[in-house]
Amino acid sequence: MSDTRYTKEHEWIRMDGDIATIGITEYAQSQLGDIVFVEIPDNGKSVSKGREAAVVESVKAASEVYAPVSGTVTEGNAVLADAPDTVNSDPDGDGWFFKMTLSDPSELDELMDQAAYDSYLKEIDG
Amino acid sequence: MPDTVSTDALHATPLDALHRTLGAKMVPFAGYSMPVQYPLGVLKEHLHTRAAAGLFDVSHMGQADLVGEDIAAAVEELVPGDIQSLKAGRIRYTQLLNEEGGIIDDLMIAKPVDDDPNRLHLVVNAACKDKDYAVFEAHLKGRGSLERKSQHALLALQGPKAAKVLALLDPQCATMPFMSLRPASIAGTDVVVSRCGYTGEDGFEISVPAVSATKLAETLLEHADVEPIGLGARDSLRLEAGLCLYGHDIDVTTSPVEADLVWSIGKRRRLEGGFPGDARLLIELHEGPSRVRVGLKPIGRAPAREGTVIETVEGDGVGIITSGGFGPTVEAPIAMGYVEKTYAQPGTRLHLIVRGKVLEADVTSMPFVPQRYYRGSK
Repeated sequence: MSDTRYTKEHEWIRMDGDIATIGITEYAQSQLGDIVFVEIPDNGKSVSKGREAAVVESVKAASEVYAPVSGTVTEGNAVLADAPDTVNSDPDGDGWFFKMTLSDPSELDELMDQAAYDSYLKEIDG
Repeated sequence: MPDTVSTDALHATPLDALHRTLGAKMVPFAGYSMPVQYPLGVLKEHLHTRAAAGLFDVSHMGQADLVGEDIAAAVEELVPGDIQSLKAGRIRYTQLLNEEGGIIDDLMIAKPVDDDPNRLHLVVNAACKDKDYAVFEAHLKGRGSLERKSQHALLALQGPKAAKVLALLDPQCATMPFMSLRPASIAGTDVVVSRCGYTGEDGFEISVPAVSATKLAETLLEHADVEPIGLGARDSLRLEAGLCLYGHDIDVTTSPVEADLVWSIGKRRRLEGGFPGDARLLIELHEGPSRVRVGLKPIGRAPAREGTVIETVEGDGVGIITSGGFGPTVEAPIAMGYVEKTYAQPGTRLHLIVRGKVLEADVTSMPFVPQRYYRGSK
């Protein structure tokens, strides 16, 4: 299963076996502008759905990135330490933030699928 | 993600329609709808200004004249700058002070080119305009008056190519000294050109009648070296230049001595006093202030923002960051803030508490990027 789910806070989550990869959406990166620093959680850190898991800093401001589901961090994207602007150039791919295992996979069902996220974007952009 | 804020009841500058045509992202700022960035983005806008020339709309700032007999002496009762010695066509940076020596606003005061002893030009911060005008009007009651230039826009052209670009429209602009002003005719419009700005670069501010502002901006933007630049890059440029932002790095609780603005206090004024809070300032000048504004360079890539607590390496709180972010030209995080005098020496290692974690930083001299003001032809 490789379909992507989305939060209202513009994080995406994609499952590969038992491991989820988390990033922020194209919409989120375009709103943030030039990204200069990303703080990713340490391996082994427990994160809770809807709570702060990472921080992304643009030239101007810091913004929180929330965990879309609960679980344990298994890997942070080391590329972002030297090249945080990868989030601007490839938010859905190489600009991922961290990988995690899920403590309650049913939480995925509460997130938006692609079609629901697309209509959500249309709604908030008026 | 950023909130969407209602733009109801915001003032628009005379360039509002042009900003929208150019694709600016507009945000509320000091009661105005202002461009925070254009499609180029903050980082590239910043770097473009350092490499070529950036055009900024600063029409939200307050432009006014003070008129009255011997107006310079009257104004010196409110500011620590040496205003009486200002020569015709020269500009001075100073601060409007309260009785405690705190800064009500920082501002530019200029002497008209015709050397009229009864008139001074002012440029004040947008958010402080009404407050400043009330202070001047109350003080001058019976001695003079304040004339708002509300029908004027203000454009800033900043960067190493600014003089070359402006000289194509008026050759005399090329050799104007830093901190001078003169009337000029540009693109068929009568304007007042000042050689100053707030980016650390050589550059100009052009006061232009509102009706002609868009035409002038379009004329400048026609040049390949000129890009429109928003408030986002203006903020990172002034931070790299080590310049204070009112309401952040300076406010009614900080004195010009604490803010490291001693250079702007006239020598005669330091001896004579005669401005609000002079007792406090003269003591601080003599003994050194207990806290002082310094530059800070965090080690690593993480920026430390306004409000970050500054501690010693032993963990004692010694200050707070008042402006901080990423410096696109220095390619590293930079910040400024206030620390106790003991920790103000460049090279002092301090700790910044960012999201509960210690971020190491060194006190550093400012500016972070060398200023490139025009000091005359070599």
